[in-house]
Amino acid sequence: MTKINGNVGIVIVSHSIDVARGTADMVRQMVGDGVPLAYCGGNPDGGLGTNVQAIMTAIDQAWSDSGVAILVDLGGAETNSEMAVELQPPERRRRIVVCNAPIVEGAVMAATEASGGAPLEDVKRTAEELSPV
Amino acid sequence: METVAVTFDAETLRRLIDAAAGAMISHADELTALDQAIGDGDHGLNMKRGFEAVLAERDQLAAKPLPDALKAIGMTLVMKVGGASGPLYGTLFIALAKELSAAPSQEEFVRAADAAFAAVKARGKSDIGQKTMLDVLKPARDALAAGRDPVAAANAAAEATIPMRAVRGRASFLGERSIGHMDPGARSSALLIAAMHEVLEGS
Repeated sequence: MTKINGNVGIVIVSHSIDVARGTADMVRQMVGDGVPLAYCGGNPDGGLGTNVQAIMTAIDQAWSDSGVAILVDLGGAETNSEMAVELQPPERRRRIVVCNAPIVEGAVMAATEASGGAPLEDVKRTAEELSPV
Repeated sequence: METVAVTFDAETLRRLIDAAAGAMISHADELTALDQAIGDGDHGLNMKRGFEAVLAERDQLAAKPLPDALKAIGMTLVMKVGGASGPLYGTLFIALAKELSAAPSQEEFVRAADAAFAAVKARGKSDIGQKTMLDVLKPARDALAAGRDPVAAANAAAEATIPMRAVRGRASFLGERSIGHMDPGARSSALLIAAMHEVLEGS
């Protein structure tokens, strides 16, 4: 268990709680329990959208001293995730990245990289290899 | 607007909050329709949700000095809107809060508008001409600085987003098809400017 806390955490932020949960299920099945993982989706009323408070809670849940990589789906998820990062304490802020990658493939790739103990920048780069330039 | 400082007492703040929230709530359907054309169709509902939350705290907000009230409004929008417009409008209000004193002069307003524009631009990683709220904020700021009517400038600027092609946000997925529709964020910005300007002019 000590190893888990050393690995980079993964946060999945979708407009839809179903997409977020499904993506997290895929990560767990394909990568296992070796990485801290949390997800959120939906606006503050429970409809489609994203929610800064929920993203902050997910960051707390997946927190690791090695940092946290956030995977997002569409525009508002990215903007709200960046806002959630800025609302973190300064010592945490520089250890959180929002990955420019497709959410499902990016989460699986990032978690795979993280489960091997890779540092945050490698986790981000691996996820972003999936993005069109 | 004259160069004399506006007094932001609790009554003025209450009226400003009522006007801003009223504009967003009464135009929610229109904003949603604009967003359905080129976005994901939630802008009106999101702004309504955010400003209903602001309205629910109106009296506590109005009791605060202007900068504290603006900061609190910004945080409420960040937390409650539930779309990209939450951090964008939240950032706008928080940036204004940092620049304005409790009794700001016209020069302070212009300086604060500059700071707010820069903050929203950074938050959205966007710029002028990309069919966003920035296309309204800048002309409104320039009109204010030049002593012209910021409401007329904002409305004309919102209209001017119609022929623009979106390169940010969900509308950018539409490419050329985003042309021919007013940007919903530009429209909500113009509505907020008009609502608040009316209160300040009348006070």
